Amino acid sequence: MSPINYVYLAALLFTIGAAGVLIRRNAIVVFMCIELMLNAANLTLVAFSRMHGNLDGQIMAFFVMVVAAAEVVVGLAIIVMLYRARHSASVDDASLMKL
Amino acid sequence: MIGLLVGVPLLGAAVLLCGGRRLDRGGHWLGTLLSAASFAIGAALFLSMLGKDAEDRAMHSKLFSWVPVEGFQADVAFQLDQLSMTFVLLITGVGTLIHIYSVGYMEHDPGRRRFFGYLNLFLAAMLLLVLADNFLLLYVGWEGVGLASYLLIGFWQHKPSAATAAKKAFLVNRVGDAGLAVAIFLMFTTFGSFAFAPVLSSTGEAGEGTLTAIGLMLLLAACGKSAQVPLQSWLGDAMEGPTPVSALIHAATMVTAGVYLITRSGAIFNGAPDAQLVVVVVGGVTLLFGAIVGCAKDDIKKALAGSTMSQIGYMILAAGLGPIGYAFAIMHLVTHGFFKAGLFLGAGSVMHGMNDEVDMRRYGGLRTHMPVTFVTFGLGYLAIIGFPGLSGFFSKDQIIEAAFGKGGTEGWILGAVTLLGAALTAYYMTRVMLMTFFGEKRWQPDAEGREPHPHESPKIMTIPMIVLAFGSVFAGGLFKAGDTFVDWLEPVTAFEHGHSPVSATAVTASTIVSLVLGVGVAWFQYGRKPVPAVAPRGSLLTRAARRDLLQDDFNHVVLVSGGTHLTRSLVYVDNKVVDGAVNGTAAGFGGLSGRLRRLQNGFARSYAVSMFGGAAVLIAATLLMRAV
Repeated sequence: MSPINYVYLAALLFTIGAAGVLIRRNAIVVFMCIELMLNAANLTLVAFSRMHGNLDGQIMAFFVMVVAAAEVVVGLAIIVMLYRARHSASVDDASLMKL
Repeated sequence: MIGLLVGVPLLGAAVLLCGGRRLDRGGHWLGTLLSAASFAIGAALFLSMLGKDAEDRAMHSKLFSWVPVEGFQADVAFQLDQLSMTFVLLITGVGTLIHIYSVGYMEHDPGRRRFFGYLNLFLAAMLLLVLADNFLLLYVGWEGVGLASYLLIGFWQHKPSAATAAKKAFLVNRVGDAGLAVAIFLMFTTFGSFAFAPVLSSTGEAGEGTLTAIGLMLLLAACGKSAQVPLQSWLGDAMEGPTPVSALIHAATMVTAGVYLITRSGAIFNGAPDAQLVVVVVGGVTLLFGAIVGCAKDDIKKALAGSTMSQIGYMILAAGLGPIGYAFAIMHLVTHGFFKAGLFLGAGSVMHGMNDEVDMRRYGGLRTHMPVTFVTFGLGYLAIIGFPGLSGFFSKDQIIEAAFGKGGTEGWILGAVTLLGAALTAYYMTRVMLMTFFGEKRWQPDAEGREPHPHESPKIMTIPMIVLAFGSVFAGGLFKAGDTFVDWLEPVTAFEHGHSPVSATAVTASTIVSLVLGVGVAWFQYGRKPVPAVAPRGSLLTRAARRDLLQDDFNHVVLVSGGTHLTRSLVYVDNKVVDGAVNGTAAGFGGLSGRLRRLQNGFARSYAVSMFGGAAVLIAATLLMRAV
């Protein structure tokens, strides 16, 4: 099977993730959609690595995983604190940062 | 030696003005002494000059290099030739007499030391003006005279009228000064120098247009300093200063500077007949203007001020005639220096005895109370109207003859104007004389209820007046005898005889006729019947002349309101257009940012849309660029 199909799959996953971020209100779901986009990117990197026949893309994918892990820790902590403060996990309720 | 002439009074000014109160007791004598010392130096130089041949008399002395730059050499250097010498003797001689007189006149004034400091400064500036060997140094003296006159006219600066008069004199003079500055610029670009010798000897190389421009600018400068139409308005108001100042300004210094400038730059005017014509016209107009104003004034000092304006008009007119007139202009200037100083000192003496009253309608019959003042003033009076045998007769007669000598229609017009001026001079001076010294006494208590007790002034004031009266009587005859004065000035100013269509005898006869007419009319109006204590309404011309022939009204309408309107419209443009552009830009950006900030609504998802949208646009643009 041609590696280009993995790129198509990654594009599909990214689109699902982006749509989820824009449409869903629940912070947890938005968060999962961000993870989905990150993994779509990872899949693209690995696919390109395969296509070019070198390991640069795979190394880059590891970096993304590490950063994503750190992001999950910080992000989930923020969501938990937000829920404790407002008894809601809706991103639209956290709209005080405006003029 | 020449530098000392300027240095001595300058030292006096510095010591008196910086010395502080410890000089209050003797400072005035120091000032007088230094002025007299300057006169002594001048007299010594004069004697040594007389010992030489006429051609070798000019002396030159360079003090130091002022601006030593390649292509621009300005030196502090003095040139003492016959013309400068005449002025030096007049300035220091009459100046010293006025110093002596002021010792008595300013005796009770708390600012006497300061007054003498200013007087010395005035002398120093005027001497610098006439001794400079280049136009730039002359300009320094020119400005110095302006400064000193400002300080002296506004000497009693606690009086608002005096402060205003000083400002007016200074501002009007600035207009003339600008003319002199432009003239110097033009000289430098044309001749590459502004020293007298190179400029005046190479006038032939410049075009007539350039010479005319320089001449007109010099004339503008002369108009400012010498109070000629149209820059004459400061002279009447300058009477706010103490009377010795008026004597100094009108006789020895300041107003003579314009005549000096034109005579000194004679070579330029000789090459520019058009400029000369304008000079003559200005002189002639001012001659009549001043005389008419002098006829209507009831204030003795202002009547004399009108007379000064008129007499300086004579000099400017004579200077505008070219080589046929320069010597006579200077001769009239010197004799005028004597009799006008005498007349002003006499007027000061009268005011001194009359509680500073200046209205001639409140004088009358003073001849028995002030015999010395009466006689000296009377001799000055006879000299100025040109009574045969006295100074003014010789000098004025020469000018009238030279005016006819101009030739053609021009000569006839100028001759008629000068004759008319002579008649008017006789009229207004006789009027002053009759109103002041003859008739019934018309004294009234002043504003504080003090009855005036007219008395003769102390000796320290009368002696200078007596000396000046001698000058008024004999100077003219001395100068005229054997053409002494003309021969003396000839190496500097050159001299030609005019070709008068009228014989000299006829000119003299018509001068005497106009003199008799003027005196007769004045006697008919003011001597034959009592003078009313309140001025009658008078004809339209009289009323205009009382207001200085509407010169201030003219200046007000044309310059002041014109300037005000110009300023107002500029302010309007500044507020609406310039500020409008700035404020409009600011308001535009303010409104735009007010709308833009609505985009920040706090919803994370709408930010995300912007981000995705932005990224999509960027990617689309990148792909598009790559496709192209």
